[in-house]
Amino acid sequence: MAYALKVNGTTHTVDVDGDTPLLWVLRDVLGMTGTKFGCGMALCGACTVHMNGAPIRSCVTPVQSVGGAAITTIEAIGNTAAGRKIQKAWLDLEVVQCGYCQSGQIMSASALLASNPHPNDSAIDDAMSGNICRCGTYVRIREAIKHAAKSTTTVKEG
Amino acid sequence: MTLDHIGPVATDGANEGQAIGASRRAFLKAGLAGGGFVLSFSLPTFALRATAGTPAGFEPNAFIRIGSDGSVTLTMPQVEMGQGTYTSIPMLIAEELEVDLTHVGVEHAPPDRKRYGNPGLGGEQVTGNSSSIRAFWDPMRRAGATARVMLISAAAKRWKVNPSECHAERGEVVHKASGRRIKFGALVADAAKVPVPEKVELKRPDEFKLIGTPAKRLDTPLKVNGKAVYGIDVRPPGVKIATLAQSPTFGGRLKSVDDKAARAVKGVRQIVRLDDAVAVVADHMGAAKKGLAALIIEWDHGPNAKLATQDIEKELEQATLGAGAVAQQIGDVGKAMTGAANKVEAIYQVPFLAHACMEPMNCTVHVRKDGCEVWVGTQVLARAQDVVAKTTGLPLDKVVVHNHLLGGGFGRRLEVDGVARAAQIAMQVDGPVKVVWTREEDIQHGVYRPYWFDRFSAGLDEKGMPVAWNHRYAGSSVAARWAPPFFKNGLDPDSTEGAIDLVYALPNMRVEYVQVEPPGIPTGFWRSVGPSHNVFVVESFMDELAAAAKKDPVQYRLALMDKSPRAKAVLQLAAEKAGWGQPLPKRSGRGVSVQFAFGSYMAQVAEVEVSKDGDVRVRRVVCAVDCGAVVNPDTVRAQVQSAVIFGISAALFGQITLKDGRVEQTNFDTYRVLRMSEAPLIEVHIVQNTEHPGGLGEPGTSAIVPAVINAVFAATGKRLRKPPVDPAELRLA
Repeated sequence: MAYALKVNGTTHTVDVDGDTPLLWVLRDVLGMTGTKFGCGMALCGACTVHMNGAPIRSCVTPVQSVGGAAITTIEAIGNTAAGRKIQKAWLDLEVVQCGYCQSGQIMSASALLASNPHPNDSAIDDAMSGNICRCGTYVRIREAIKHAAKSTTTVKEG
Repeated sequence: MTLDHIGPVATDGANEGQAIGASRRAFLKAGLAGGGFVLSFSLPTFALRATAGTPAGFEPNAFIRIGSDGSVTLTMPQVEMGQGTYTSIPMLIAEELEVDLTHVGVEHAPPDRKRYGNPGLGGEQVTGNSSSIRAFWDPMRRAGATARVMLISAAAKRWKVNPSECHAERGEVVHKASGRRIKFGALVADAAKVPVPEKVELKRPDEFKLIGTPAKRLDTPLKVNGKAVYGIDVRPPGVKIATLAQSPTFGGRLKSVDDKAARAVKGVRQIVRLDDAVAVVADHMGAAKKGLAALIIEWDHGPNAKLATQDIEKELEQATLGAGAVAQQIGDVGKAMTGAANKVEAIYQVPFLAHACMEPMNCTVHVRKDGCEVWVGTQVLARAQDVVAKTTGLPLDKVVVHNHLLGGGFGRRLEVDGVARAAQIAMQVDGPVKVVWTREEDIQHGVYRPYWFDRFSAGLDEKGMPVAWNHRYAGSSVAARWAPPFFKNGLDPDSTEGAIDLVYALPNMRVEYVQVEPPGIPTGFWRSVGPSHNVFVVESFMDELAAAAKKDPVQYRLALMDKSPRAKAVLQLAAEKAGWGQPLPKRSGRGVSVQFAFGSYMAQVAEVEVSKDGDVRVRRVVCAVDCGAVVNPDTVRAQVQSAVIFGISAALFGQITLKDGRVEQTNFDTYRVLRMSEAPLIEVHIVQNTEHPGGLGEPGTSAIVPAVINAVFAATGKRLRKPPVDPAELRLA
């Protein structure tokens, strides 16, 4: 069946089974490979995208459940104020190593910052503990979120 | 900065270029190719194959190209898997060449071990063993310096001045007296004609501008906006996606498949049957997974159908009762043991471990009649090419391999089983096919860190100091399979690293190794390889000796380290920074470890807290490292932080177990790794010196496991000899 999906402001029509996880529609059907596959069971967070601004695990989100919701992926998170701050903090503090999990980390962190501009350690733990990083960049992710929260850059919501 | 992740790298131009100034013995050759000045140089490789003779003529294996626009491109044999090598190796060139780091582009080298072999790893084209900086420290700097000298000569000739009156800075040659400057790009044609100098002077450490200064990593920007291309992201036109089920037991075979339901799944295109696996090819991974779940598969479980971890444990235990190959012998252990005032014995075991790279195993292959293309992220490019040629029966030169960023390697991508598997599937598929393993498949069909069984005994004198040290252990030799020439007389350098040549001066010591290859489970290198086991057992047992002597674990170690001043210094530094000896709350404790491994000295102090329920939380880790000259201090810190987290996952949770011939763990719920809320504070203190650089990707992992386990002992009085931590053993009654 065909589904109309609003991804990063553009509507795409895809013809897949309704139980197909959004992750595979993004990666394999729409060719947006920035969103990563890690576990397929919402255990690692690599596939995190935003649905109407809230972080979701796209590997367990059936495409039929998305409806008309606005999906935002790593490819467009830089168009949001929080996303841009987080990306910049990630570069400033040299968070990234292999980088594979970082799309998901950045999506979770951006959602956190958008809803809580000054998160404390426990808020960071709550928001970020669903995202696994095998390179162990946790120390820097925590610092970078705090760094982003402190940054005074005001950017227009895109 | 340019990163070529997509296409093959064209290095042929360097060969076609007019070779000028080459001498038979030169390790460098200059020429002009594609309008740029190309310096080809050969890194000193030690042929792995005993039969390999001296290559006839000049065989360059690295290239620096300076374009007429001043751009500098390095064709580099190493792959980026998060360790920062795409930044630190260009730093070596940029330092001596006198260009901005941001002007140095990096290209992946194509598979060709003759050209791109890693001198530190027997000439194999490998990124691993924390060896990149160690092996390329000298040759890369020399190449950069040579290019600089030739550019200066070209400018001096043009200005008719003495080269000694000129110097290079920021991509220009400058004649200070007249104030003249000329960009490197304008000199490329002339520089190519300058005879290659026989000798060049390298900078003294106090002249370094880049080396030793934190540098921004060059590969990062594309990794924060989703544009970086990992192996799993490639999409050649018309690509289909496949996922697979391999025989759940190692050595089992496929008996039959009922694929009726799978074929009915929308998007499923084809079912591929192999001797020991079945794959579903589809338009997208969602359909492939759904199709795979719909298959009714019957397996012949083969010879290992009943295998359990306990069987392997028993076999290894038995092996340690007999003699092994002597890895190190000092003095007379038997005699010293007889005369000892006190005797301590202990048995340790370490489990199989999976790598669980965040990017699940994957490989894309397009087999045509006359050739084939492969897209993959691998630590061993030439091996990937070999295995595809062997699998498909195509000649090596018809197999084109495109290497991509690695979503973690940790040793798993030193293996090419996944590449061979993808080639087998692709041979039955029309067009390119990307084979993506599910996480379950990735965990259950790994190439695991070996299980080891260790037997220790020590004799102590009246003061409690060790006079005899007896260590015998059994387990798989990864090197014996992976690099057979390194396995000699029952020993190999990896299985023994960390067990011999200790930082401690022990008067009587005997270390024996018994190679036992477990049935039914493949073993491989895992971040920190041999030391991941040896440092754990040695540092645990040393802690036990200190406890038996009723002495402070740090003081006890220091008393044995007079002959290892660098090791002693890192231990003192770590202890001091950690506040060793200062009181901690009940059920909290500090543990220490010190090691020399991968050419670096490291000491760690871990601070843990053990809950009533026996859960261990690592609060803080203080690490002191002496890895010689530091190229990029920020990368050193990042690598140590990373290695520590990786090791804590192993200490607290990591184990792969077998039951009925199958791996029992499946995904991140049953193969736990550390999460943000569990991560400790990590401090890294770097000792400044100018010694030859040591490796840094791995030492942090081998050092943290004993530090954590020793800290658990300090907190609870319970000695854990078989990681991971079992909370049941630590629970308060």
